[in-house]
Parts: sequence; C-alpha cells; structure tokens
Amino acid sequence: MKREITLEINRREETITVEDADTLLEVLRDRFKLWSVREGCGVGACGTCTVLLDGRPVSSCFVLAARAAGRQITTLEGLSDGQSLHGIQEAFVSERALQCAYCTPGFVLSVKALLDEIPNPSDEEIREYLSGNLCRCAGYADILRAARLAQQRLSVKAEMPRK
Amino acid sequence: MANLAVVGQSVYRKDANPKVTGRALHVGNIEMPGMLHVAVLRSPYPHARIRRIEKSSAERLDGVAAVLTGAEVAKMPGVDPYYGPAFRDQPILAVDKVCYVGDPVVAVAAVDKRTAEDALQLIEIDYEPLPAVFDVIEAVKRESPLVHDRHRPAKAFADLAHVKAGQQSNICYHFKLRTGDVGKAFAEADRVFEDTFSSPPAQHMPMEPHVTLVYLDEQERLNIWTASQSPSYVRTELSNTFSIPMHHIRVRVPYIGGGYGAKLYAKLEPLVTVLALITKRPVRYALTREEEFLTITKHKVITKIKTAIKNGSITARKCEVFWDTGAYAEIGPRIGHKSGYTAAGPYRIPNVWIDSYCVYTNHVPAGAFRGFGVPQVIWAYDSQTDIIARAMGEDPVEFRLKPALEEGEPFATGTLVRSFGIKEAIRQAARAIEWSKPRPVQTGTKLRGKGIAAGVKAVLTPSISGAIVIMNADGTANVLSSTVEMGQGSETTMGQIVAEELGIAFDQVHIVQPDTDVTPYDTITAGSRSTYHMGNAVRMAAVKIKAELFEVVAAKLEAHPDDLVAGGGRIFVRGMAERGMTISEIFLAKFGSLGTTLAAEAVCQPTAAHMDPETGQSEKCTEYWFPSATAAEVEVDTETGQLKVLQLFSVGDTGTAINPRHCEQQLLGAAIMHLGLTLFEEMIFDHGQLVNGSLLDYQVASIKDMPESFRSIVVEVPHETGPFGAKGAGETGALTVAPAIANAIQDATGVRIRALPITPEKVLRALAEKKGEALPRD
Repeated sequence: MKREITLEINRREETITVEDADTLLEVLRDRFKLWSVREGCGVGACGTCTVLLDGRPVSSCFVLAARAAGRQITTLEGLSDGQSLHGIQEAFVSERALQCAYCTPGFVLSVKALLDEIPNPSDEEIREYLSGNLCRCAGYADILRAARLAQQRLSVKAEMPRK
Repeated sequence: MANLAVVGQSVYRKDANPKVTGRALHVGNIEMPGMLHVAVLRSPYPHARIRRIEKSSAERLDGVAAVLTGAEVAKMPGVDPYYGPAFRDQPILAVDKVCYVGDPVVAVAAVDKRTAEDALQLIEIDYEPLPAVFDVIEAVKRESPLVHDRHRPAKAFADLAHVKAGQQSNICYHFKLRTGDVGKAFAEADRVFEDTFSSPPAQHMPMEPHVTLVYLDEQERLNIWTASQSPSYVRTELSNTFSIPMHHIRVRVPYIGGGYGAKLYAKLEPLVTVLALITKRPVRYALTREEEFLTITKHKVITKIKTAIKNGSITARKCEVFWDTGAYAEIGPRIGHKSGYTAAGPYRIPNVWIDSYCVYTNHVPAGAFRGFGVPQVIWAYDSQTDIIARAMGEDPVEFRLKPALEEGEPFATGTLVRSFGIKEAIRQAARAIEWSKPRPVQTGTKLRGKGIAAGVKAVLTPSISGAIVIMNADGTANVLSSTVEMGQGSETTMGQIVAEELGIAFDQVHIVQPDTDVTPYDTITAGSRSTYHMGNAVRMAAVKIKAELFEVVAAKLEAHPDDLVAGGGRIFVRGMAERGMTISEIFLAKFGSLGTTLAAEAVCQPTAAHMDPETGQSEKCTEYWFPSATAAEVEVDTETGQLKVLQLFSVGDTGTAINPRHCEQQLLGAAIMHLGLTLFEEMIFDHGQLVNGSLLDYQVASIKDMPESFRSIVVEVPHETGPFGAKGAGETGALTVAPAIANAIQDATGVRIRALPITPEKVLRALAEKKGEALPRD
C-alpha cells in the first residue's frame, strides 16, 4: 500500500509517498541520493547503513520508511554544516581511522550517538557501543583512538566560554 | 635513506576528505537514464543437468526488459559463454548443467530490483540431479564424480602459461617440488612427525558487495563501471569473451569498498555486459550479501605434512596440499602454484617434496583471499614446526631461528633469497611478547600461554605495471595508474613517491583513478605488489620527466645535469639553492607558453626464471619476499574452552616503509581480520548447501575482538630494486596469526588444535581427550 509521510531529513522537512515495503535505506538512497547511506548486509547486522533516528543510531535497512514518519533523520551528509568537517570526522582523519571507508559513515554516526549519550565513555563503553559496526579492513585500533580523540576535542569545545 | 622530503613520512591519506564525508564515488552511486537492475535465479542443486527452463511468464511481467539463459548466451555469435583467469570453465550463465548451489542460471533485467526479483518467481526450471563431490580428498580419487569433463586453459597470464588442458580428473592443476632425497632422509631419521591440518572455506566480506554497471556509449562502445581489483584484466577478458576490440571497451574503477581478493579477475562483468548488449540500456547489478557468499570464497585446504629430524635438525619435509577450488578453478591454479612452492617454510631443509593439488568440487568457487593461500600453508608448517620444537624439548623461538634462511641462501625452489628479514621478524615478535621472561607456574582453570609463528610469502612474478606521469606547467602532476584504491592507501603511496622524485609537494600530485581509456596496463591490485611494481613505474616515469626538466635547466644555467636536484617545486644546482628555476620557468623556457604538459610512461616488469615442472626448481621464482611473524598470548578457560587473546603482535618485513603509519595499519588490519578467521569464521556446507550464508549466521571480527594489547612492528629490510627500497605490506600481517594462536594454546594447555577455526568446542574436546574423558557428541 502507498502512503504519504512527512519526516525531517538533515533538518529539512520532506513529504513523500512510500510503499509499505520500502525501507528507510531505500528512501534515503533512491529518493534523496544520500549516498553515504550504504547497504552492507540487508539484515541489520553490519552497521554500514547506520543513520540517526531522533538521535539514536539505527540500521536503516531494517527500518521501514513508514515508521520514520514524523521523526528526525540524520545521515552523514547532515552531520556537519557542509562547509567544514565535524569534529568527529576530523578525528577520524587525524587517526587515519578509515581505509576503504565504506563503513566510515556508519562509524562516524555511531560515535556521534555515543558521545551524545555518554559524553565521557570508557574504552570498554566505546567498544560496546561500536560493536554493531563492522570494518573489514579492520581498522579498529584507529577507530577506537578516533573516538577517544573526538571525545577530547568535543569536550574542549563544549567547555570554551561563549562570547 | 638520506634527505627524503615525503617518502618515509606518515602523511595523511589523499582520499581522506571524500571518504570521511561519504562523498566518495562508488559504483553504487552512479545512475543513468533508463538504467535496468538485475536479479539472478541460482541453482538449488550442487550438480545437475538443466532439462528445461520455462520463462515466458517472467518475460511478460510489466517492467521486465530481458530474461536470459545460458543456452541463449551460448548461441550469441562471437560470444564465448565461458570465462575464467586460469581455465575458461565458468559459464556466464549455466549452459547445460549447474555445478554448485548458487550457480547463476537465469538473469532478469528490469526497471527496478523488486520487479526483477518478482520475475524470478515466475521462472520454472526442470533439473536432473547428478552425483556430486564435496570432499577435496574424495574428489581426487579416480572413481569420484567429475565436475568438468575437460579443462580448457585460458592463457590470460604469463605466470599461468604452463597450466595444461586436462580431462577425466578433478585435479585441474598439480604443482611438484622435488629437491634432495626425501626417501633416504626419512629412512635415516631419528624421529618423524606426521600431521594433517585443515583450514575451512571463508568469506571475504568486503563491506561493499560486488557491483557492476555497463552501458553502450554514443559510439556503441562498451563502458563498464565496476568494483574490481583488476580493471586491465576485465577489459582483456571482455574483449576475448565477446570478440570486441580492446579500444571499444572502457573499464573504470572508482573507490571500492574493500576487496581482499574477492574483486579480482572477472566477476559480474561478463553477465552485465550481455544484458547491456541485448537490452541496449544501461544495466547495473549489485550483489546482495547473500549472493556475495555464493560468488567467491577463501580456499578450504587440507595439508598433510611429514617432517624428518636427524641430530636435532629438520632434514626432510614432505607436504601434500589439497586446495578445494570449488566448481570453477578461478585463480586456484595460481594459488596452488605460488603458495605450493612455499609449503615447507622459510627454512634450510636439504630434502623437500611438495605436491600441491588444485581440485574441483561442487562447492562455491574459491579464489584469492588476502595472503593468496599462504596463510593456509603456514597454518600447517608453522603449527608442525612448533609441535616438533616442543616434542624435542627445544625452545620454539630458537628452533625456528636456527634453520631460518639467511640472506643469499637458497629457498626450497633453489632461488637465492634477498631482502629476507625473517630472523629479525622472529626476534622482534619474541621481544614484544617478552618470550624469554620466566613463566609463572599456573594453577586453576584459566591457563595462559604464549606462541610465536613465522612464515613467508613470495610476490607474484612475473607481473606488469605501467604508469604515465603528466607534469603540468604550474608544477603540479597527474599520475595515470591502474592501481585500484581499495583502502590500502595506494593513492597516498604513489603520491608520495612521485612528489619525492619530482621535488614537489605531496598535495601537488593527483592520482587519476583506473580508466582503461587512459591508465596503462596493470596486472592486478593484489598480492602486496602495487607499492613495488606500480611504485617503481610511477617513479621511473617521474625520473624521465625530471631528466627533461634538468636538460632545460642545465642549458639555461650552464650547469651539468648531474649537479642538479629537484626540491621545493624548483630545480637548482646542488648546494646553491638560489641558482635554479621554478617548474613554471622551465616550462616557459621549453615551450614558450604555460598551458603545456610534459608526459612520460614507464613500465615495471620483473621477470621470473623458468621453473622446472618436475622439480619446481628455478633460479628466480619471485622478485621479492614478505617475511612475517606473529606473537600471541592467550588465556584458555579449561572449563568452557573459551579463549581470550590477551596480546597480539604482528611483525612484518615490508622493505622501506613509504608511509610507516600505513604499513603499521596494514599489518594490524590483516592481523585482526585473520584473528576472526582463526577463532570463528567458517562457511559451513551440508551436501553443498551453504547453511550460514548471511551476516546473521556468519560472524566476522568486530571491535570487541581486538586484543587489549595489540601492536604491529614494521621491520624494514630495504630491497635493492624496490622504489626507495620498498616492498609491500597488504598481506604480511595475515600470514602467521592462526599458528601463533594455536601454538599459544599448546603452550598454555598442552593440547594441539589442527583444524581451523579454533572454537571453544574444539578446545574443550581436545582438553577432554587429553584427560582421557569423553565429551558427548553434539
């Protein structure tokens, strides 16, 4: 069945018609050409298609588009202002936490959700939180360091006095 | 290396920005007007004749543009329905029979993926099941069912020119190595050790599954965008398969989401090409993860290894290696050969006998997998070397160091080894794990142990890399290379080499992505060969350009070219920086205008000496070697069999590190990937039917599997003909992980695991067996 839904994608309100069977992944890629969202397994097990749904990380291959009605979606394209890199992205570059980088958008968004939820996570908490994202180049040591660096940089920024 | 500006620096990745923003171009992002999508109906039988295919209802479905069978492909004029890099044995679509569960039978191209999938439901196929063979040892027997009636060599690669046409056997390739008198050595031995080791089929699991887009351009030329590690090969293969001249085929490869060997040679390209040819529309086929499992695997290997000891030394080794290459040979023969000749190890052993058999079965085809078969043979020979050392009461590290080959000594093939840092790698691994530190006496149910493993891989030889460097009048440069950036950092490496040679800044070099219309031939992006081969090619091309620039400057400044150096975007007299010219000034002097370019091409083409087919002896079997060592500390829970890897150190001799940080990263990435393969990865088949072919059932290493203490150590033994002394790094960390873990388990518990993966169940059974207890079966 077709239905019309309204949702917010990267801070823009969109109204679209979807089929019941359409996944959020299909809508984000096929309709909105948000290419950072990538299918890796189709069963919600690899984290490659991670997006933030009301700030929480979800596998968009495993969420029906219709279930996203009225909710806020953030993809990697919406993380920064489009002009400069977000602090988490900078940390991934600094720590070389990317190789083939097919998994990188998912990891960056998972780190974003992690730091929003636990501002000062332990290594154990970082590992636990990121265990749903797979990286087959296996740059896990670099990714762990990138998460730590992002945490440090973002907390320094947050502590800076506002003018 | 003196005075290098960029080489040897851990500069940031060239591709960091497009990748970290998610803007990197992948084949899956390319859309074309009228583009069709593909779904494929696959065989439910491991071996069966196709009696009849009924597809008319599928063809009538709205939105379906083509429903294609193998019989139709076989009737197309000028089309060879079979392809493959070693043998032309793999049909584009099954022609008269299917050879494994998952073999593509009917392809549908439709307006969208869902329509194509719906059409598959309307196709009926009548099969006549045939006897099948699943066990690689059974398959070599004379009475075994034959997977193929005859073997047709492909003749695509120089190193496979010796592959012969065969028939009436499932053995499609047999490599032999004979040196010394093995029979005599075994007869005179003090002790003989005999073991069998196995390594299961596994999945590469690149996060980006295979994807290919084909369209005909306005000149009716075949255009291919594909996630491939071998664009040059794809063009040759399509030219041969479809009788299309090479200049009418353009293959482009953007960034690819991992390869690890899965994306080598031709995969989806022949099928998508047929669909584009018959529909005259752009066609894209993106595999699902489940299809990925049915496309290519890591070889299952059984190795029987027998070693003779006399006066405390290894005097003879006999290895029989059986490679389950599945239904189609793929690159199995190359693996059987290249890995086969290393199967006795990097040791001084006077008498060696190796038989390496590449064998057809009715399984998913197996091909290259990070390490090219070498991790499977090291699993056997290093595990056994450790067994022997412990049985003889020798220190396992010293037992390896003693016979480890020194610079200039002959390998089992007779080739003298060069740039061979195996001893240094073993020593570094031992130091990292504090091998010589006394072990405390252990009680309780959690036992700790340490293990060291060592081994070596040889680079594919001969192979070819061509490159063109174009210098622009503003002092920047474009590099035309067919090396695929698949995460290994090749753009960065090539950029560093060219910047160094031309004396310009790293960010003034742009690497053009593979495009067979403009980038010269390259054998493959695989086998840790690009830094050496393509690195040499881009360097030599840059040297040619520099020579031309020097000529202009020498004439203009009345200096001798030998006294000139390039640096800081200028060419100047050595020691007199003010006496020089900028690149722009040189261009102006040479051409009289500034819009011009200066281009040079170079080819790196190392050769191998003839290898005797009966003895495997060759004066030069390889251009260079990758020595590897791994040290591990494990904790075994003797009540549950659970294994915890506490420490893991990956040591590799990479030659001079062009980018040290990236070399470390390659070693670590390969190590943790292989830690997963060691501990839990296994594709499980039941009568040819894959039972764990999705990511819900097949586990790979996650960030939680990373040991607490985890580090890589780069050993730099410069290679005399490598670019700035470099060799390569992509596979070295993969080679010795599994035996290091198994050796550590024996150290901790006294039990030996000979079959990968090392699951808690296997450990628990082995512990029970040792105590003489029986565990319930399943």
